[in-house]
Amino acid sequence: MSGELQRTPLHARHREAGARMMPFAGFEMPVSYSSIVAEHRAVRASAGIFDVSHMGEIRLRGAAADELAQRLFSNDVSKMEPRRVRYGLLCLPDGGVVDDVTLYRVSDSELFFCVNASNIAGDLAWMREVRDESGLDCELIDESSGTALLAVQGPAARAIVASLRPADVDAPRRWRFVAGEVADVEVQLSRTGISGEDGYEIYAPAERAAELWDRLIEAGAGRLAPAGLGARDTLRTEMGFPLYGHELDRRTTPLEAGLERFLALDREFVGREALAAQAESGPDRRLVGLLMEGRAVAREGYPIHTSAGTGRVTSGTFGPSIKRSIALGYVPAEESASGTRVEVEVRGRRVAGQVTGIPFYRRKS
Amino acid sequence: MSEKSYDFPENCRYTDSDEWVRLEDGLALMGITDYAQSELSDVVYVEQPEVGAQLEAGQNFGVVESVKAVGDLVAPLAGEVVRINTELEDSPELVNEEPYGRGWLIALQPEDEEAVESLMTAEEYLRHVEARSGA
Repeated sequence: MSGELQRTPLHARHREAGARMMPFAGFEMPVSYSSIVAEHRAVRASAGIFDVSHMGEIRLRGAAADELAQRLFSNDVSKMEPRRVRYGLLCLPDGGVVDDVTLYRVSDSELFFCVNASNIAGDLAWMREVRDESGLDCELIDESSGTALLAVQGPAARAIVASLRPADVDAPRRWRFVAGEVADVEVQLSRTGISGEDGYEIYAPAERAAELWDRLIEAGAGRLAPAGLGARDTLRTEMGFPLYGHELDRRTTPLEAGLERFLALDREFVGREALAAQAESGPDRRLVGLLMEGRAVAREGYPIHTSAGTGRVTSGTFGPSIKRSIALGYVPAEESASGTRVEVEVRGRRVAGQVTGIPFYRRKS
Repeated sequence: MSEKSYDFPENCRYTDSDEWVRLEDGLALMGITDYAQSELSDVVYVEQPEVGAQLEAGQNFGVVESVKAVGDLVAPLAGEVVRINTELEDSPELVNEEPYGRGWLIALQPEDEEAVESLMTAEEYLRHVEARSGA
């Protein structure tokens, strides 16, 4: 199996750092370097650096790039100025989610999507299909293998990255990105991330990734910890952010997943009609956050018993910052209100939990 | 793959399901090994039996949960549970920090103390771990 796994440009760095490696979405990725909880806490208290180079980048270029992005993407593209980033969904005509992505606008004729590693091929095929059906003039370029992505997240991220940037250049604000240098490497510096903390996602050429990683680690000495996918998962779960393949898939709609604020239903995109109809009638099931009693973890796949029927846990963990057992899962819509009591079946035993608003965690300030 | 070195004290005996047992004053103290805690990492919850429960050798009697995984606990010996480590309710991380000390799980009154001798020695267990991790 391991012979088939792809490696990121930072693979050797992870090995040298003694990371525990694991297959993830076809890549051999670091799960943790010290411990998941220690890395999670480092991100909340100071900063962590993640190699997320497995993520894909697909560029749209051409006269109709903007129009194709509008058709593919659920969120509003028309109001997006250059150097802005938006989160949204790629949907099927029936509203099912092909992928959840961030869209970067470079110019009117150039945009790129950052997509989930497990969906790169599926997204590309879907984008080509939509493009070819509509006859739009737009190149689709898969830049995934040539692009490294480093995430520097946490309250100290700004100071660390600033120390490696020309002094007179301002950092981009939240949900914006700039092209420029970090540690003498030409990058796209984006003020985004899924940790729930301030921070950056830095797109760099694969061949310069190790150099950039080293310079960031050096600049962050004492306040920046390498962090793996384990901490990335506990951080995003505390924020209640969905992860494709867990909360989202082709048989799940954004409305079921509570992502209505990322749907611009007043304009045309693939899936809009089905989603507008579902918004009207209301979905039958909804994604909720669960705060569990006690410390047992409600894990993916465990049944959620409610008075209106049985749902299922999609992600569960012990939240290192909120120090509670937390889960995300689907329940019948009529049992999805905050405060609703449910029971999760944990190894044959029923554990009480309560539907709660997400995020579970909110940063101070 | 990894070149970690583990601590397997000579005064304990070991099971192939990664528990340790140590006889102290006629009781069999048990916990999970340094290898097991390292593989699980970040223990957040220990599900323990009731004091007074009768365990058969090989019986599942609880779980150790970490952030990423669940590990079954298997009784290495038959006997009655006479004490459980209640400190783990609030501080399950002790299983990671001191697997042979404050992170112990339960104490059994063994039906047959001699049965401990049939378990692996530290040296045998080390070979077992090495063979399994493909070193």
